[in-house]
Amino acid sequence: MDGTATLTRGFELPLEPRLPRIGAVDAVALEARAADLAKRSIKRESKLAALDLIVRMTDLTTLEGADTPGKVAALCQKAVRPDPVDPTVPSVAAVCVYPNLVPVARERLGPDRSVRIASVATAFPSGQSPIDVKLADVRAAVEMGADEVDMVIDRGAFLSGRYAKVYDEIVRVKEAAGPAHLKVILETGELGTYDNVRRASLLAMAAGADFIKTSTGKVSPAATLPVTLCMLEAIRDVEAETGRAVGMKPAGGIRHAKLAVQYLCVLHETLGREWLTPERFRFGASSLVNDVLMQIRKQKTGVYQSPDHFTVD
Amino acid sequence: MSDIEHRTPAAPAPLDWEYAPAPEARDIVSFRERYGLYIGGEVVEPRSGEWFTTSSPADESPLAEVAQAGGEDVDLAVGAARAAYADGWSSLRPAERAKYLFRIARILQERARELAVAESLDGGKPIKESRDVDLPLAAAHFFYHAGWADKLEYAFPSRTPRPLGVAAQIIPWNFPLLMLAWKVAPALACGNTVVLKPAETTPLTALMFADVCRQAELPAGVVNIVTGDGSTGAELVRHDGIDKLAFTGSTDVGKAIQRELAGRGIPITLELGGKAANIVFDDCALDQAVEGIVNGIYFNQGHVCCAGSRLLVQESIAEPLIGKLKRRLQTLRVGDPLDKNTDVGAINSRAQLDKIRELVASGEADGAEIYQPPCVLPERGYWFAPTVFTNVAQSSRIATEEIFGPVLSVLTFRTPDEAVEKANNTPYGLSAGVWTEKGSRILWMASRLRAGVVWANTFNRFDPASPFGGYKESGFGREGGRHGLEAYLRFDE
Amino acid sequence: MSRLPVRKTYKLYIGGAFPRSESGRTYEAEGQNVARASRKDARDAVRAARAAVAKWSGATAYNRGQVLYRMAEMMETRAADLAAVCSGEGEVERSIDRVVWYAGWADKLAQVLGGANPVAGPYFNFTIPEPTGVVAIVAPPEPALEGLVSRLLPALVGGNTAVVAASREHPLAAVELAEAVATSDMPAGVVNILTGDPAEIAPILAGHMDVNALDLTGAADGSAPELERLAADSVKRVVRGTATGQSVWEIEPLVEAKTVWHPIGV
Repeated sequence: MDGTATLTRGFELPLEPRLPRIGAVDAVALEARAADLAKRSIKRESKLAALDLIVRMTDLTTLEGADTPGKVAALCQKAVRPDPVDPTVPSVAAVCVYPNLVPVARERLGPDRSVRIASVATAFPSGQSPIDVKLADVRAAVEMGADEVDMVIDRGAFLSGRYAKVYDEIVRVKEAAGPAHLKVILETGELGTYDNVRRASLLAMAAGADFIKTSTGKVSPAATLPVTLCMLEAIRDVEAETGRAVGMKPAGGIRHAKLAVQYLCVLHETLGREWLTPERFRFGASSLVNDVLMQIRKQKTGVYQSPDHFTVD
Repeated sequence: MSDIEHRTPAAPAPLDWEYAPAPEARDIVSFRERYGLYIGGEVVEPRSGEWFTTSSPADESPLAEVAQAGGEDVDLAVGAARAAYADGWSSLRPAERAKYLFRIARILQERARELAVAESLDGGKPIKESRDVDLPLAAAHFFYHAGWADKLEYAFPSRTPRPLGVAAQIIPWNFPLLMLAWKVAPALACGNTVVLKPAETTPLTALMFADVCRQAELPAGVVNIVTGDGSTGAELVRHDGIDKLAFTGSTDVGKAIQRELAGRGIPITLELGGKAANIVFDDCALDQAVEGIVNGIYFNQGHVCCAGSRLLVQESIAEPLIGKLKRRLQTLRVGDPLDKNTDVGAINSRAQLDKIRELVASGEADGAEIYQPPCVLPERGYWFAPTVFTNVAQSSRIATEEIFGPVLSVLTFRTPDEAVEKANNTPYGLSAGVWTEKGSRILWMASRLRAGVVWANTFNRFDPASPFGGYKESGFGREGGRHGLEAYLRFDE
Repeated sequence: MSRLPVRKTYKLYIGGAFPRSESGRTYEAEGQNVARASRKDARDAVRAARAAVAKWSGATAYNRGQVLYRMAEMMETRAADLAAVCSGEGEVERSIDRVVWYAGWADKLAQVLGGANPVAGPYFNFTIPEPTGVVAIVAPPEPALEGLVSRLLPALVGGNTAVVAASREHPLAAVELAEAVATSDMPAGVVNILTGDPAEIAPILAGHMDVNALDLTGAADGSAPELERLAADSVKRVVRGTATGQSVWEIEPLVEAKTVWHPIGV
């Protein structure tokens, strides 16, 4: 593979060995800025709308070896109608499952579904399989009904400097995904530095990602506010340069509504109001929804809630 | 088949993403109607019989009446400080002196919120800053210096440090309580007693500090506070009972003080104005550099002696940087200082606002290009929108004179040598910023910049352990760190 | 009828908790049953101390200073209890003031023990003091409280964590001190106290490969040579100091000097 690659979408990206030289990020300042944004408080009146938005942005997720059709069926029920007691609570954006469970989701959600089906693929979560296996994984998921594919980058290749391989795999996965919308998981918790997060973000966007995503949720740390800010800044730069808007999904570790609202503040101040939509931002989460439901009910009733009143599905 | 009911997604409610007014509770602080002078451990009426009102610059509402100390009052204060010095403070076991200062530090921590609200009300700075910067640093200064009180022999090996006596201290309105801490903490730690003159427009937290001294059971007369306008300061400078003078304020007044004290043999430290260059190279971490520039000039409304008021940007990166900077300015929130979401508060006084306006007008007259983000400014109070000037000439007044407001002047350079030359081309020399990811260049620049504080890849960082002070007409002497102790000691050889 | 007091149980202090000895042993000292630490307790204590190093040494110096000052605050509240287990009020006051004195060093140490070095060449060169890691301390038997404090604080203020082999005859002062530490915001594992027989415990600590320094100020007469021999197996720093005084030079042997170079160039 030669050292240069041109992009279909007009974003020139120098690869090895020049990739390590682009995109410096100062960690101290980045983290301070994220912490500062987390101190914003939004209008009480806006809070309900924000909580509603968080639900609509959630990819309700179950990715366990122990997932069964029963578990996924319950998940789909919750995805469509998170709060059986309050019909004004909207459906989530998507359910996110392993490929084997995609048919169950498709059956439960039906062909006219408003809730999308996202499937992880490409030897999730490690990505440590040959490319052909990974592509077959993607095709199978899409064939079984996935609307969206969440792939992982090859971190081993990235960390050993084989950026062309990382890039190439994303391009080929995008191709194999066909009409399905592609999210590229960077697994930021393994990348070590914000510089690497920025580089991986730019690389993924160059290769055709529709969304860039922080984590598989299987590694700690998963999503954080500073890492999200770092990725949003990379997205902002690509949009400024090419006009193309790539979405972002923080995943893992976001369990409380208050934290999710802080993510929205970071999003709003970095990219602006037009980005406050599930078309451009998703939360990869499972228990977050219940906390959001508790907060919604608290906003509506004025009383702090107990988890006993919200079903664990 | 799905047996889950279909739901047509409702049109999402338009998200009105407005930050709440998130007001810090004002009732945590209650001001007295009137504050006397704090002399000899007592709150006393001014012999001058004169009072004036201190108001909130955010809405011009009066907060309290404070005393206008006259010559006789200043004399009483110096006398009280002298008596306290002779009577025991200087001969108190240093470990005991230290414990008074530790007490003060702890009390400041306990009452931090109350004092932060008072500071924002009296001075106009955002509560976010008074709460997260001014108060923690003020407490830290007392904590740090408390530890030096009984360790001075380690700070000056082979010298015998002794206190000077009565320290006269005059502080400005931009960080009222913090400047008080910078002055009082080392003075007391070194065994001196103090007569402090807070700024005319921001006396309240100093007067509340008097109450902190009471709670700490500080011996009477160790700290004395005389409020008033410039004439009070002049009385203090002229008084022949002072053993030391420390001043933070404008360069013009600093020069006047230095002239006044000529020939009197009194040690002086001066911390004066600045026109710091914030130097950005094309290999910087760009988004973080933008944050640093913004912090450098809009933090505390630009009322900062070490503000990065000149942006020197490498020409190769100027366009993208300025684009990002302007975009970032649009998310700055100007408004009620007590609102936790406010980034930029009120200008401290009518006088300062007039000065800013005059200089900004001169910039426009000089042909510089002005940018201000759309901003709704309140009707009452003193407000100025964050401002950036591009196309600025090195000789323009907005590039040479200290504006002391939220106004940034942008100039370009091509090479590190040129950056150094332009940065140093000023009678000031307080601080400088350098933004580059290349370590050797940071150190190269730092070694050549004629400034007392060089911030690399950061800005406006303060710590009681870190010496602060300027070169040239930004003053002399250092505050903080081991170096800062010298100002309050004499060494008999 | 007079009221029956609820007596204190004197246990070890390891990892922020007060466990009994895993051996179940106690011994009688100062009229009380006191836990008698075993080699396994010593092992656990070193493990806890090691685990605490990252957080304690990673805290800002200012934070460490505040925590140590708060230790003094907690001791002050317990002054009467402490006086009952040492020679009296005078010793307690000296001990509290000693803690305050050392607390004030935390954010100044680097300024006195470190600095920029003017090397011949275009390099910026600076030296900073860093903690050595886990310090094992054989507590001086006398003064019961002041001796322990005089050895413990120099280790802590430098950013180290400590495992103390308390005096056999006067262990109660050490346990009271542990209670003050436990309520002072000191992170778990920074201070660990093993009551029992130093003759049994000290060699374990001296030979433990994951202990960085050994303070033998309180070592019994004749025991030092063997302890020093054991210490040699992991090249421990072996120190001795004052049980009744204070100086920055008590801190210095327990910190490492790290020197950093960086070119200066355009």
